[in-house]
Amino acid sequence: MSIDLKTVKHISKLARISIDDEKANKLKGDLNNIFEFIEKLNELNTDNVQALTSIAETTLRFRKDEIKSENIREKILKNSPEENKDFFVVPKVVE
Amino acid sequence: MSDITSQSLFELTSNIKEKKLSSGEITKAFIDHAEKSKKLNVYVTDNFEKAIDQSKKFDSNPNFDLKLPGIPIAVKDLFCTNGVRTTAGSKILNNFVPTYESTVTQNLWSQGAILLGKLNCDEFAMGSSNETSFFGNVQNPVGENLVPGGSSGGSSAAVAANLTPVTIGTDTGGSIRQPASFTGTVGLKPTYGSCSRYGIVAFASSLDQAGPMTKNVRDCSMLLEVISSFDQKDSTSIDYKRNCYSKELSKDIKGKKIGIPKEYRVDNMPDEIEQLWKNGISYAKDCGAEIIDISLPHTNYALPTYYIVAPAEASSNLARYDGVKYGFRSPGQNLIEMYEKTRSEGFGDEVKRRIMIGTYVLSSGYYDAYYLKAQKVRQLIKKDFDDAFSKVDAILTPSTPSSAFKIGEKTNDPVSMYLNDIFTVPINLAGLPGISIPAGKDKNNYPLGLQVIGKPFDEQNILNISYALEDKINFKNDISDWWLSE
Repeated sequence: MSIDLKTVKHISKLARISIDDEKANKLKGDLNNIFEFIEKLNELNTDNVQALTSIAETTLRFRKDEIKSENIREKILKNSPEENKDFFVVPKVVE
Repeated sequence: MSDITSQSLFELTSNIKEKKLSSGEITKAFIDHAEKSKKLNVYVTDNFEKAIDQSKKFDSNPNFDLKLPGIPIAVKDLFCTNGVRTTAGSKILNNFVPTYESTVTQNLWSQGAILLGKLNCDEFAMGSSNETSFFGNVQNPVGENLVPGGSSGGSSAAVAANLTPVTIGTDTGGSIRQPASFTGTVGLKPTYGSCSRYGIVAFASSLDQAGPMTKNVRDCSMLLEVISSFDQKDSTSIDYKRNCYSKELSKDIKGKKIGIPKEYRVDNMPDEIEQLWKNGISYAKDCGAEIIDISLPHTNYALPTYYIVAPAEASSNLARYDGVKYGFRSPGQNLIEMYEKTRSEGFGDEVKRRIMIGTYVLSSGYYDAYYLKAQKVRQLIKKDFDDAFSKVDAILTPSTPSSAFKIGEKTNDPVSMYLNDIFTVPINLAGLPGISIPAGKDKNNYPLGLQVIGKPFDEQNILNISYALEDKINFKNDISDWWLSE
């Protein structure tokens, strides 16, 4: 199968990465090469194979539900792209 | 006493403890050398001023019981360092200054080490040549215009050029072992769950591991012992008793069973790598190890599996870079436009490519055909290793299918770049420990590495085998200082 330009644009929309036509065409070529390489997996019959979901084979640990951090509002907001001491600022969402 | 910067971690530590050198002298020597080595482009951010202060502080009240007493160390710029810019080699994190410290770097500082600076790497650790970094490519000290490998390319170059005594990198598909092989240095990827992932910029969470990169095997054991720890802050960190790796380091590998997988003899592999491998096998025999032919039948499927699993996890992990809470932001008329412009301008081409692959394989209608299929094949790859390790104690392979290549040589062909990791990727997929040690040179005099793969949590065994082989190989990395400026 091959990935067409429409699909590339659809994926870029899903990934929230805007791309122009020139980039989309270049990506189309790259992605098709990569998927041609990936298609090799279809040589294998995996009908009776269980998917590997965790390499560590351990169950996730439980911990007590405790508040551990002090007031870290300032730390959290420190790298905010638009300065504001109380909130993260984004373009207007609600009209 | 030999030049300070060319000393191993073991030598520097001994010299500090015996008061033959001070932390201040050592730190200054590495900084002076770095000032003359800018051409290599290993640093993204230096921490020299603070490092000098900290070394003086150490000298005024030294604690010689620590494992890294006053030792200056530069680390890959993928580890979050409190108050010191952390970029992951990306424009999107160009202005990011963490307010917390990664567990593995905290382990270094808790044992007395001092941060020298942050080392260049491929953007979000996605690359095999350090050419995807927003901060430019790194020169391999082995030869001009040669890539240092990737993604931990700044790290491998820094160790080889004596710009840091040791360093830590991260390895998702070979990012410690391949650059180690390209620069004639030692690099170890620990068992998944051995080193905490807390505070490491995430690429593919089920594959990422931090590990030591050093001049020799003994230093590697010393550093692993410091960075490996159980950590509540990483849900996949594993609670087991870790060895005192450097204390238990031994060249006695008599009777060890070492497997040689026939599938690693790939098409078009240069004769010199075949020869390197044969030499490694005969050295192992000389040390009293037993050589056993084994089969890892699904080896050829590891790279295609990796190029589904890793981008899928990456596309999910990198969704957080949206310009809202930290990092680069490109303004837009509305929220969606802001996201799209931020990510389009903030990410480089390779990162975008991988996010696109990952988004596609996880998208509705394709999940079963790609992602689920890959997770099943990953199970088969892991089973290959389980079967092999019922017969052998360790596996010996080449680290890479070639030596370092020229800058720009493979940038236009993603698939040929991906093939670099053919011998390292299966180990990440199976969560195993693997180490690359320098083992010889090719016709251009460029280093080549051998890889020793171990059972889960059996780092001691692969360190010991490497230690024994290192002694027989007696590799000399005769690097000329071609990059130095006055």
